[in-house]
Amino acid sequence: MRILNLLKVAFKAIVLNKMRSLLTMLGIIIGVASVIAMLAIGEGSKASIRESISNMGSNIITIRPGAEVRGGVRGSASDMQTLTFEDYEAIRDEATLLSHITPMVNGGGQVINGSNNWPSTIYGVNPEYLEIKVVDLQNGSMFTNAEVQAAAKVALIGQTVVENVFPDGTNPVGQMIRFNNIPFKVIGVLEEKGENTFGQDQDDVVIAPYTTVQKRILAIDYLNQVMASAVSEEDAPEAVTQVIDIMRTQHKLRDDEEDNFSVRSMEELISTFSSTTEMLTILLVAVASISLLIGGIGIMNIMYVSVKERTKEIGLRMAIGGRGADILMQFLIEAILISITGGLLGVVLGLGATVFIEKFLHWPTSVALYSIVISFAVCAITGIFFGWYPARKAAALDPITALRYE
Amino acid sequence: MSKEIIKINELKRSFTMGTETVHALKGISFTINKGEFVTIMGSSGSGKSTLLNILGCLDQPSSGSYEIDGVSIKDLSKNQLANIRNEKIGFIFQSYNLLPRTTAIENVELPLLYNRKVNSTERKSRAIKALKMVGLGDRLHHTPSQLSGGQQQRVAIARSLVNDPVMILADEATGNLDTRTSYEIMSLFQELNRKGITITFVTHEPDIASFSNRTIVLKDGNIIKDYFNTNILSAEKELAALPIEDH
Ligand SMILES: Nc1ncnc2c1ncn2[C@@H]1O[C@H](COP(=O)(O)OP(=O)(O)OP(=O)(O)O)[C@@H](O)[C@H]1O
Ligand SMILES: [Mg+2]
Repeated sequence: MRILNLLKVAFKAIVLNKMRSLLTMLGIIIGVASVIAMLAIGEGSKASIRESISNMGSNIITIRPGAEVRGGVRGSASDMQTLTFEDYEAIRDEATLLSHITPMVNGGGQVINGSNNWPSTIYGVNPEYLEIKVVDLQNGSMFTNAEVQAAAKVALIGQTVVENVFPDGTNPVGQMIRFNNIPFKVIGVLEEKGENTFGQDQDDVVIAPYTTVQKRILAIDYLNQVMASAVSEEDAPEAVTQVIDIMRTQHKLRDDEEDNFSVRSMEELISTFSSTTEMLTILLVAVASISLLIGGIGIMNIMYVSVKERTKEIGLRMAIGGRGADILMQFLIEAILISITGGLLGVVLGLGATVFIEKFLHWPTSVALYSIVISFAVCAITGIFFGWYPARKAAALDPITALRYE
Repeated sequence: MSKEIIKINELKRSFTMGTETVHALKGISFTINKGEFVTIMGSSGSGKSTLLNILGCLDQPSSGSYEIDGVSIKDLSKNQLANIRNEKIGFIFQSYNLLPRTTAIENVELPLLYNRKVNSTERKSRAIKALKMVGLGDRLHHTPSQLSGGQQQRVAIARSLVNDPVMILADEATGNLDTRTSYEIMSLFQELNRKGITITFVTHEPDIASFSNRTIVLKDGNIIKDYFNTNILSAEKELAALPIEDH
């Protein structure tokens, strides 16, 4: 029988049993729709985590002294004195994929303003720090390179510090504060940034020239870390390699020696996080796939009944010249039509559900094209697979046995 | 000498059900030539349908040979058998076997669907022609449930004609019809027979047999009589002689 005729016959059989076909499709529809919606939720939360990490500056690269210990406890990096200003200079001068770079020293202490007292952390950096951290000034201005040269006692403070040491609401800019008894003139206030992905308060900071912090607060001449930003997020991994090369030359490491420093990019952090959400996505999809499977079994069930119910029809078709292959194709095409129609409706429903989730539940969603392709392919394959068995059973019948079937 | 279209020799068919074996056909032989109109008679359970199913390639004999148009069906594959059923045989079932919820025209078109040589326009026109031949030109789009028993039977007959078969095998094709309608059908068969189609007709009724040129009588799976009819009646004339509707 010609394929067009087969399609017509199958289509007619579906239309003649509208309700039953629809109920069969329901399994497939729900299966496909839930796969698409689940994946959209998974992809959505992945994207939103990525975005919030990006906000922290996804192109940030940090260089710390001491070898990296993955998964274990790192030896206190700040105790190591192997990261020097010369290292910073070498990186600054030689790395081509970095847009900004700053040396960094940090230490804890008390911020004091009159009777107000607040434990915080002071970061010694250069003026490029603001660019790297992607944080804006709310008030005042950043210190200059000249002030860095002169180790001027000027500072910028974050919102948390502002709230705690200036509780009365006076404008901190121009005021004097003390950090570990060293007086600093507040020259700027940082824009509020909130907590980062790890729950760390990014507003509980005091920023000052690294020279000042090195000399007056910590009394050290090495660096705690070097922080830089790659020209773009995509270039971050390449920039990391560059920095590692420079550092190895700088530290005169032989090929068989391991790094005595570590270079990390936010990009790595993102992938760590992505893999967590990936797990979640896989779990969601697994659940949705089960419903797709159940949809497939539904098709098999209906096709099985359909074959049984139409045994006489099969017998007649064979008696007037239908071959086994014709019968097989007829039922197979019927199953495929049902599953494909169900699949299409499922895609529509899945997209609808996604829009609903986004609009009314305010969950981040992102429909992935691959989820549509995959679930559609899976349901077509389920249709073929589960339609095959009953169809083959029908085709193997003897004309007279089928005709006599009651 | 005319061509042998059906040739069976020592044909046996037995059914095994559990430990019991029913011998429905116990070794029968005959030859039907092209253009013959044969009726097969016999009491209920004598094996008529069993024989006809084998002749129609719907069933296989347990032993013995069957040659159709010179070809032994033992040598044919399932697909070749399907082709023979499709192109050479028009089979009319005792119980019509029309597809439910399917119009008369679609039912009649069915055999042509399995014939790749026929396209959809030709299929339709041939179906309409066959339906007109059985007098159902005005019932093309009726489904079986909208047709009377006799009309359904005529749709089944139209379906058996549509593929221009070499032979028609009819299992009690007039079994459910009144005298007038069965005479009409018999007159149609006689006409088809005159055009050269071989007809094998199973019936219970002796008056139907008198329209054919040969009668084979079965009893308990054996042929007890096989004779040529000397006085073939014309169904058309008999029809004209029937009393006009008196009720
Ligand atoms: N599939 C089958 N399984 C078992 N026995 C069968 C089968 N088909 C036919 N028979 C037996 O074979 C015998 C002949 O049956 P068949 O249907 O050929 O009779 P028939 O002459 O057509 O009768 P009727 O005039 O009532 O239609 C019967 O005894 C029947 O029980
Ligand atoms: Mg019978």
